[in-house]
Amino acid sequence: MKTGAKLLVESLQREGAGTIFGYPGGSVLPIYDELYDAPIRHILVRHEQAAAHAADGYARASGRVGVCLATSGPGACNLVTGIATAYMDSVPLVAITGQVPTFMLGNDAFQESDITGITMPVTKHSYLVKRAADIGQVVKDAFYIAGTGRQGPVLVDIPKDVMTAQIDIEPPIGRARLRGYQPTYEGHALQIEKAVTLIGEAERPLLYVGGGVIASGASEEVRRLAELMLIPVATTLMGLGAVPCDHPLNLGMIGMHGTEAANYAVTECDLLIAVGVRFDDRVTGKIDAFAPNARIIHIDIDPAEIGKNKPVDVPIVGDAGKVLQSIIRRLIKKEGREMWLARTRHWKEAQTVRDGEDGLSPAHIIREMSDLLGDRGIVVTEVGQNQMWAAQHYCFRRPRTWISSGGLGTMGYGFPAAIGAHFARPDETVVDVAGDGSFQMNIQELGTVAQYKVPVKVVILNNMYLGMVRQWQELFYDRRYSYTELPAVDFVGIARAYGVDGIRVEEKEEVRPALEAAFTTDGPFVLDFRIEREANVFPMVPAGAAINEMIGRRQR
Amino acid sequence: MKLHTLHVLVENKAGVLARIAGLFSRRGFNIESLAVGTCEEAGMSRMTIVVLGDDAQIEQVKKQLNKLIDVIKVSDITEQSTVSRELALIKVAAEPGETRAGVMQIANIFRAQIIDVGAKTVILEVTGDSEKIDALETLLRQYGIKEFVRTGKIALLRGQKGIKSTK
Repeated sequence: MKTGAKLLVESLQREGAGTIFGYPGGSVLPIYDELYDAPIRHILVRHEQAAAHAADGYARASGRVGVCLATSGPGACNLVTGIATAYMDSVPLVAITGQVPTFMLGNDAFQESDITGITMPVTKHSYLVKRAADIGQVVKDAFYIAGTGRQGPVLVDIPKDVMTAQIDIEPPIGRARLRGYQPTYEGHALQIEKAVTLIGEAERPLLYVGGGVIASGASEEVRRLAELMLIPVATTLMGLGAVPCDHPLNLGMIGMHGTEAANYAVTECDLLIAVGVRFDDRVTGKIDAFAPNARIIHIDIDPAEIGKNKPVDVPIVGDAGKVLQSIIRRLIKKEGREMWLARTRHWKEAQTVRDGEDGLSPAHIIREMSDLLGDRGIVVTEVGQNQMWAAQHYCFRRPRTWISSGGLGTMGYGFPAAIGAHFARPDETVVDVAGDGSFQMNIQELGTVAQYKVPVKVVILNNMYLGMVRQWQELFYDRRYSYTELPAVDFVGIARAYGVDGIRVEEKEEVRPALEAAFTTDGPFVLDFRIEREANVFPMVPAGAAINEMIGRRQR
Repeated sequence: MKLHTLHVLVENKAGVLARIAGLFSRRGFNIESLAVGTCEEAGMSRMTIVVLGDDAQIEQVKKQLNKLIDVIKVSDITEQSTVSRELALIKVAAEPGETRAGVMQIANIFRAQIIDVGAKTVILEVTGDSEKIDALETLLRQYGIKEFVRTGKIALLRGQKGIKSTK
């Protein structure tokens, strides 16, 4: 005989959960007691939200399902932002929460919350486990749902008496059994034929690739298609790294803070091949003006994304990699298209250099970082100007080296996600690019990096503002900086108090030595860059404007 | 924009209704009626959902419903040959005498049953399609409707055709 908690831990092991991120509490004590001698590494974070973000960062860096654990009530509620973040970016996550005993459910017991109800809109699926005998199958199904099809977070809520119940059962072997869930991986043959014809006929085709390409591991296929048919590529924020930044066909990021080349190309293309993207408003701008003259092929594993925001000519439901392979097999190498390629090259070359003339410019810091790390780095970001500067100026060459909260835009995401990324890929240098505002949202995780000696490097682009909000106030609210100014913080002092080393940088000449010092230190490191206070992220497409109506092409 | 009737086969599990209702409200789809109950296959329920929308919206509703793990099958049966019924209970003010006779006459025409008679009220039970129930309601309004409750539409395809769990 064993307890439900023991079965849970055995089931997690069987699903390959080597590292979990969590925070103990009354309702999960039986699980923690089992974890005490289990061969699973548990990382104690300082706030449950960080546990969810760390599991998310772990999943994005590795491609495996991330796992987090929290107690009932407040613990579970603190996971919600992390779960919603994973949901919006389709990240495979299993969140396990403790719950009050079954006989107290619904009685407003101490530390009770209806977490399955609370998280229903932000999970792919959720379970409230009412019998210990079900734990094994539920865990198996949860991992299967999280990690297949369009990936996403799954919640498993377990009452305390279910954890302590005595049972005699082993974790199930074999596959999950779900009659209502059968993701489609292979594209429809007829639609693939149509796509092949359109790609052959197009004069000005453009590949528009996103996070689905990263999730599917389809980077190689995208590159092959682009090179075979001479098609320029624009990547979304989530698709950074799908194609090497310095690939001649790569036009860079598309969207609100995308490149001129990518945004003009989508406006002029006659065929848009959208792969693993969802036509998000931060990409399309005014939807009618997005690819206005193009036929559209949309490849996505989630049928509900196809035609959701924009009508398409050729819908293909399936895994990006498999569908692209089927398409590539049928294509005949394209010659010509020189006019189109020359035009996109012209846009690319004409792009304004946006380095600041003087002062400590964020672009300069990111470029130096990119130069120093080369192919060794994983860049995780917070949300705001720091995120966009990192996206614009770092040279991403491989998938899963860019980790950022795209869909939900969660401030405070980066630091804990960077911790997770380190545990997934300990061989890589993990950098959290932060703003002073975002970093203060989960700054307590300095305790976690200190305790486990997690060698994450925090690069704070400190302008003593909530920078992106301030930028909007500058541009659209007549410079009325309503509650966006933050007082100076001694981040190095705070880091030291936790036992983490750091340097404050105020001069341009100090940038490179400071980065070198951080990257050669074994442990965690905090770099506080005092950047130009009112530097902006340009170019920018104002919300609701057409994608080619960019403002601020030159640095102020 | 028109009314569509969706037939949805779901796992008969706790929380399924909440997931479906939540999906509709969260995505701004308007449910006109929703009827649910167990069906011929153990562990499953059939839902009949009537929803107002244009073709693109209904397509999105169907796709979003299909994404739910507990949803086994979704069919739009609006354009198909179906039988559909709704049940309503109507409590009407009907004093003995001329008024009550009038109510009973209308009930007769609509083949509604009188299932309760009080001192000043009667309760009618009527089944039929939604239009029939709407028409009856309109006619009874002149007498004064005290309470009115309807189940929402349920529907099945005619003949051999059906919506089965095999996907």
